[in-house]
Amino acid sequence: MSAAPIDLPRWADTALVPLVSVAAALVIAGLVVLGIGESPLEATALLLRGALGSAEGISFTLYYTTNFIFTGLAVAVAFHAGLFNIGGEGQATIAGIFAALACLWLAPLPGVLLVPLAVLAAAGGGALYGLIPGWLQATRGSHVVITTIMFNFLAATLTVYLLVEVIGKPGSMQPETAEFASHAILTPMHRLLAPLGVKLPATPLNSAFLLALAALVAVWALIFRSRLGYAIRTVGANPGAAAYAGISPARITMVAMAISGALAGGLAVNEVMGVQHRLLLDFTAGYGFVGIAVALMGRGHPVGVALAALLFGVLYQGGAELSFDKPAITRDMVVVIGGVIILFAGALDGLFRRVVASLLRIGRGD
Amino acid sequence: MTAQSAPAIELSGISKRFGPVQANRDVSLSVAAGSIHGIVGENGAGKSTLMSILYGFYEADSGEVAIGGRPRRIRSPADAIAAGIGMVHQHFMLVETLSVVENVVLGAEGGAWLSGGVSRARAELARLAQDYGLAIDPDAIVGELSVGFQQRVEILKALYRGAQILILDEPTAVLTPPEADQLFSLLRALRDQGKTVILITHKLREIMEVTDRVSVMRRGEMVAHLATSETSPPELAEAMVGRRVLLQVEKAPRPRGAKVLEAIGLDLVDARGVALLSGVNLTLHAGEIVGIAGVAGNGQSELIEVLAGLSHPSRGVVRLGGQILSSADRNPACLRKLGVMHIPEDRHRTGLVTAFPAAENSILGYQDDPALGPGPFLSPSTIAARARETFAAYDVRPPDPELKTAKFSGGNQQKIVLAREIERAPKVLLVGQPTRGVDIGAIEFIHRRLIALRDAGVAILLVSVELEEVMALSDRILAMCGGRITGERMAEAADERDLGLLMAGVTEEAA
Ligand SMILES: Nc1ncnc2c1ncn2[C@@H]1O[C@H](COP(=O)(O)OP(=O)(O)OP(=O)(O)O)[C@@H](O)[C@H]1O
Ligand SMILES: [Mg+2]
Repeated sequence: MSAAPIDLPRWADTALVPLVSVAAALVIAGLVVLGIGESPLEATALLLRGALGSAEGISFTLYYTTNFIFTGLAVAVAFHAGLFNIGGEGQATIAGIFAALACLWLAPLPGVLLVPLAVLAAAGGGALYGLIPGWLQATRGSHVVITTIMFNFLAATLTVYLLVEVIGKPGSMQPETAEFASHAILTPMHRLLAPLGVKLPATPLNSAFLLALAALVAVWALIFRSRLGYAIRTVGANPGAAAYAGISPARITMVAMAISGALAGGLAVNEVMGVQHRLLLDFTAGYGFVGIAVALMGRGHPVGVALAALLFGVLYQGGAELSFDKPAITRDMVVVIGGVIILFAGALDGLFRRVVASLLRIGRGD
Repeated sequence: MTAQSAPAIELSGISKRFGPVQANRDVSLSVAAGSIHGIVGENGAGKSTLMSILYGFYEADSGEVAIGGRPRRIRSPADAIAAGIGMVHQHFMLVETLSVVENVVLGAEGGAWLSGGVSRARAELARLAQDYGLAIDPDAIVGELSVGFQQRVEILKALYRGAQILILDEPTAVLTPPEADQLFSLLRALRDQGKTVILITHKLREIMEVTDRVSVMRRGEMVAHLATSETSPPELAEAMVGRRVLLQVEKAPRPRGAKVLEAIGLDLVDARGVALLSGVNLTLHAGEIVGIAGVAGNGQSELIEVLAGLSHPSRGVVRLGGQILSSADRNPACLRKLGVMHIPEDRHRTGLVTAFPAAENSILGYQDDPALGPGPFLSPSTIAARARETFAAYDVRPPDPELKTAKFSGGNQQKIVLAREIERAPKVLLVGQPTRGVDIGAIEFIHRRLIALRDAGVAILLVSVELEEVMALSDRILAMCGGRITGERMAEAADERDLGLLMAGVTEEAA
């Protein structure tokens, strides 16, 4: 027999359930910390202080957050169309190649032209690499979950080939391109804010963060306010109704995958153009996969994605500091905490819906 | 045997509120053991909610439940099953890829090994088939069964779990008339074996035919409990709606206008090469309702889909206002712009996105209308304001465009679809099953709207499994059988027997 439907008020569904899952994940993580003989409270304090306790910590946190916003939005957009895009890593990798080529080849152009063009190239590369699996699903029925995973490997292998054989820095043993010209990179935040009298320490945080904020607003407008977003949501919720409404599910599948890929390209913009200033191997570092958890936790809504991205930003930065201060708590353990959160927020969501629903009922006194 | 005399079900003072909607208010109901008890009421009256409470899907805010004279707390479907209650949902809960016997044991396998449960179920199915005439092939794949047989599987599932009380929520909405007759003889057989049946339906004819007693709900309250033999359809209708209802369609004769839509020689073949339509010719005139009479599954749905641009005929042309439609024009978006609107027969699969708020469903198919927002954007306030207006005009309850569509009762969902298509001033209106799951007050309303559209010059093609409805509304009737048009009658000249023959494929020449 199917379970009774669990109907929660909107605020509980969007805020309370994720909070409860995060809290439960933290309790488990605390037990793990306790298990290796450290104090969970102290660890939490160190983690929070590391992530939010200084201008430097906050800057690092927001730098990580930038990556998670882009990859989270990418997954969320595809999700609204009923597609599970696991290919954020690959799409970002291809975006990185496009961005690097633009930065290197268009170097004669002035910065005001070059930087936007390179950002567009990144988005275009990601879009193209998302479009192909979308097209395969729309026309051949090859499931995007499978194809995007395979495309991740293809993209990684392609990068190795290109960096070693084609666009690698001449005379270098490192698989990386030459460094971009100084006008071909995104402005670091500390330099961007200096004229305004705000003094920040030098960190990887750069103007891609502002681009991520803009992407949040743009995706919100796209999904919830535009005709295209309406079509995307219709296909995701009921393909039969979409066909009836004259919306082509095949077309929307391709469009949504392209938009998703373009958003994943934001990861390349931040890492390649904003931080590394060159293309190197594996710059995506798993951010694309964490984006799945970010989107799930954020319920596919840009506000939720922003909050979840911030949470993972705090975990990454705070975790790095924590493992520095407490060598017993390795970086891997922090990854475990992240994993537990993903498990609770994503997979075990129903568990907490039930708990929250019965708590609410007790609260109402019946 | 004191349990014999105690009522099978005794509900007292049940109340249930969903936000602003009081779905059940102080409802009491007593159902005698070994009887068939009908429940009628308008769309949104709270019938399904009451049954969901009895079956443990919802918990009542207040009130008591007693089963067989014993007070019971039913908090989940598992509790309900333990109390001997079974439910057949309007939307079947079956696994289409599994066989009948596998569906029956699902969730009641009884042990880690499937084979034990399956062979027990097989024996039990054979016994049930004998006792109730419920014959069914236990190894048939459920997805390949007709709707009527799928419903049998649902009933078998409940009986296999030992149900003494069977709840059926609008079981006949999806059945053809002969299938409905079979269901009723099954229900009678169940009653004669001492089982108790609760039957929800909008068709008063069915209430009169099979029930022993009937209870009437209105706006969340019980307003009458009657013995079926002492009441009549008009009395029930009045109790439901609170006013006299016209059970007959009133229609003045109207000279038909110019040819609007013409289909010539339509053939449709499915992926397996089976012909679904063969050589269908059809003409619709302005100000005319053309009804298609046919047993479900004889090409009516496919004909509407072709005309609405949802599938492409393998042969034949369609003319609209004299112009042959190019294949580029034959898609739903272009056809809507040309004034061909479509009320689909299955509102859940095609007509609505139930996960959306009602307002968003009121623009489904019209999402590109420039009036709905600037450029590439949609304006939620414009959409909500328009929806609020049409919901008021069509008496959609509750008239709240922000409410999720799944939370509207079935009939009100249908009104949302109707309002959307009719408000767009169609030239041609393709209508499939317009009153499926709709209460009699709303049927009267929908019929009046369709007649008013016809009087205003719209060309209407009507497909309905209710032959009565086809005969009452149409000016001209086409009979279909096996994907062919087997005959044509002017409505005045049509009678049920004659149409029945045509529907059975006895063609003009042969007759
Ligand atoms: N989960 C829910 N959330 C909010 N409102 C609901 C929910 N379920 C039902 N309602 C509301 O409760 C009222 C009663 O609905 P119910 O489905 O019981 O009606 P019904 O009598 O079965 O109607 P119909 O004949 O159309 O099926 C309706 O106004 C409906 O909109
Ligand atoms: Mg109902």
